[in-house]
Order: sequence, then structure tokens, then C-alpha cells
Amino acid sequence: MFDFSIVTHWIDNLLRSVMPGWGALLIEFVLVGVVLLLLYAVLALFYIYFERKVCAFFQCRLGPNRVGPYGIFQSVADMFKILIKELITLNHSDKFLFNLAPYLVIVASMLAFGCLPFGKGLQVIDFNIGIFFLIAVSSIGVLGILLAGWSSNNKYTLIGAIRSGAQMVSYELSIGFSVLTMVVFAGTMSITGIVEAQSNGWFIFTGHIPAIVAFLIYLVAGTAETNRGPFDLPEAESELTAGYHTEYSGIHFGFFYLAEYLNLFIVSGVASLLFLGGWMPLHIPGWESFNQIMDYIPSVIWFFGKAVVISFIIIWFKWTFPRLRIDQLLRLEWKYLLPLNLINLFIMVLVVIYGLHF
Amino acid sequence: MNSALFVVVLITGLALVGAALLIAGLISPRSFNPQKGEAYECGIPSRGESWMQFKVGYYLFAILYLMFDVETVFLFPWAVILKDLGVAGLVNILFFMVILILGLVYAWKKGALEWK
Repeated sequence: MFDFSIVTHWIDNLLRSVMPGWGALLIEFVLVGVVLLLLYAVLALFYIYFERKVCAFFQCRLGPNRVGPYGIFQSVADMFKILIKELITLNHSDKFLFNLAPYLVIVASMLAFGCLPFGKGLQVIDFNIGIFFLIAVSSIGVLGILLAGWSSNNKYTLIGAIRSGAQMVSYELSIGFSVLTMVVFAGTMSITGIVEAQSNGWFIFTGHIPAIVAFLIYLVAGTAETNRGPFDLPEAESELTAGYHTEYSGIHFGFFYLAEYLNLFIVSGVASLLFLGGWMPLHIPGWESFNQIMDYIPSVIWFFGKAVVISFIIIWFKWTFPRLRIDQLLRLEWKYLLPLNLINLFIMVLVVIYGLHF
Repeated sequence: MNSALFVVVLITGLALVGAALLIAGLISPRSFNPQKGEAYECGIPSRGESWMQFKVGYYLFAILYLMFDVETVFLFPWAVILKDLGVAGLVNILFFMVILILGLVYAWKKGALEWK
């Protein structure tokens, strides 16, 4: 398994040999920023293309197929088109909050994005409370959505934003509790620690029944958290035109679009990190030659592969289930998922204390 | 080091928005029309402000969320050291959990979880 920290240490030593320490540090920070920015933009473009293609195949269409081979440059063309559109400012809106909202949405998803372990030794922010920090920063996004809906001074955006607020804070609980269940099992909050703990088998296999239940709850709550699939009430296009971002035009709208797809990636990334081992290859105890073959596949491919597979499942939800009503949505969370989560946490605690896991 | 990287990632996020807005400001067209600044609702001029009072139902869920979210924050440190605490850790946290679950049961019985 190739360790990417060899590369980063090599760059660090190279920079330190030609300039003083603070200069090297400054250049490294700029490098980290640029790489993260590029990765963010490329992933967003890939996800937009991926979703459109998957949707098309679910509906027996071809999807984008004109710009470039198989339409792979379609989302790049869309980005340019969005950039050259006029930014409309409304007469009666709250201008400051209206302009602040995209910043909050993007910063929240960027901070959560920076916590993900993309490969062995390839992680930007690695706190010892990593997963807790990730949940904390990703909940800033709901503020941006609420501000966007409120400041537009439009009835549709206000209804969309408040629905979205109620939905996101409710399902945040389920995400918090299923992450908590896995923290109980792992015994650490550090993201590196959680991934390292899965070297003998992914948590979904070793964690007995509670891990599987937590995974299913996480998938449902993650779908709701990203305002997708059957839970896309905030922007139910047949009721609210476009929900909280109705009044945003041009690149302002593009930010919400970008953050939405990146949140899909972050939710799938965290699911793969907590339950499917992050960048850890599939190891089966006892099968030595199989494990060695699996080790030859780079860790980056493992992480992105798992994330894309989970994203595919979340997109699949969207085309399988009809949209819920707001009362059904809140009932599902508070009367079914939350009690189930509490019971699941209790079972997991018993499993950990009595050592019933594999 | 990690705190510095946190600031770097924060600035990266702000820079993404700032740079894209700058590019869009340079290449996007500008034209003024009084109709353009109106809210996009039904086509007819919209009546009144939208900054109005809204359903109390959302407010109840927000309060319940606050209660359980703070509970989760308290549970995280306990979860990390659970393996060392053993059964004693479970028994101690059960007192805390039961009080909060009673709160949820109370809200449920009072009908705060019904959407009216």
C-alpha cells in the first residue's frame, strides 16, 4: 500500500532545503489550498455529469452526449454558461445576507471536504476529534440555506428555507447518533484512528447487527441531509419553483448547486469512512494472498470507489421513492429513526462491553 | 499545525466564492430593468413583505433538536472512553439518557411531534 506521506515529506524537505522554514510553510499552505480547490471543482463537475447520466439511464434516455465524447465536457460547458450570466440583485431583498449566504454554504462544505481521508497519508485536517469536527462544520450549511431563503423576500424561498431548516436539523440528530454508535465501536474520534481500526475488516462486517442498522439509518439521514431523493421538499419544483435558491441567478445559483453535489460526496465519503473502511482495502482474515492482491489497488481508488458507489445508491433512492410530505418527513425522523437510533446505540454499547463483535 | 490548516481550508472556501464572483463580475453582462428586481412568484406583482411570522410547529422541532443535539455533544466524550469504563460507564450514562428519553416521551404524549 503506497503511503502518500512519502510524497508530502519529500516536497516538504525539498522546499525547506532552498528557503527558510516560514517560506516553505507558506508555499505548502498555498499548495494545499490550490489542490483542495481544484479537487473540489473537478469533483463537483464529475458529480453533476454522473448524476445526469445515472438519471438518464434510469429513465431510458441517453443523457448528455453532445459536448465531447459521451458528453463528458457537458458540466464544464454548463459552468462556463453559468459564469457568463448576469447576477441579478433584487429591489426588496436584504443585500448583505443575500450575498453572505453562498459564502456560508461553500465554506461549510469545503471545511467538511478538508477532513476526508482521500488516501493513505492524504488528509488535510486531522484533528483528534476529527469526525466530531466534521459533523460540526457541516451543520453550518443550514445557516446559509436559511439566510438565502429569508433574505430573498419571496414567499416560496421562505417556505423552502424553513422546511429545509426543520428537515436538516432533524436529520442531523440521526447522523449524529449513528456516528456516535460507530465512535462507541471504534473507541476514537480521530479519522485516521477510525480508518486504522478497520484494517482487519470493515466496521459493517465486524460490528455485528448494530453497525448494519447504523449504516442504513445513516444512508436515510444522509439523503435527507443533502436535500435529495424522496426528501427534496425544500426545492420541490412542482410546489415552490426552486425553493430557497429561487432568487439566485448566475454563479450565485452555481454555488448552491456546487455545494449540493459536494455534500452528496461528503455524505458518501463519511459513510465509506465510518462503515466501509475509508481507504482501507478489503481484507479477509486468513486469506493472505487475497489481501496482498487487494493491497496493490491504490488507496485513493478504494476511497473514491466506495464514495461513488454509495452516491449511486443515494441517486437510486431519488428515482425509486415518491416525495414525502413535511409531516411524514418529520414523523419518520422523530417517531421511527430517533427511537431506533437510541435502541441501536444501547445494543452497540452492550456489544462493545461484552466483546460480542467479530 | 492542524489549526493553521483549518484556517487555510477556511480561506480556500472564501477564495473559491470570491474568485468565482470576481470572474463572473468581469465577464457577465449588466442591464437594468425595474421588472428584473421584483420577486419571482406568480407573475402578478407580489403582495406585501415575506418577512412574516410562520408556523409554530417548526419552533417546537427546533427546541427538541437543541435538547438532543446537546445530549449528543455530551455523549461523544463518553463514547471514546467507554471501553475503559465498562459496565459502570453504561450504568452512569443510563441515568442521563433516561431523563432525556422521558423528555422525548413527554413531548410525544403532549403531541409536540404531530404536525398540525
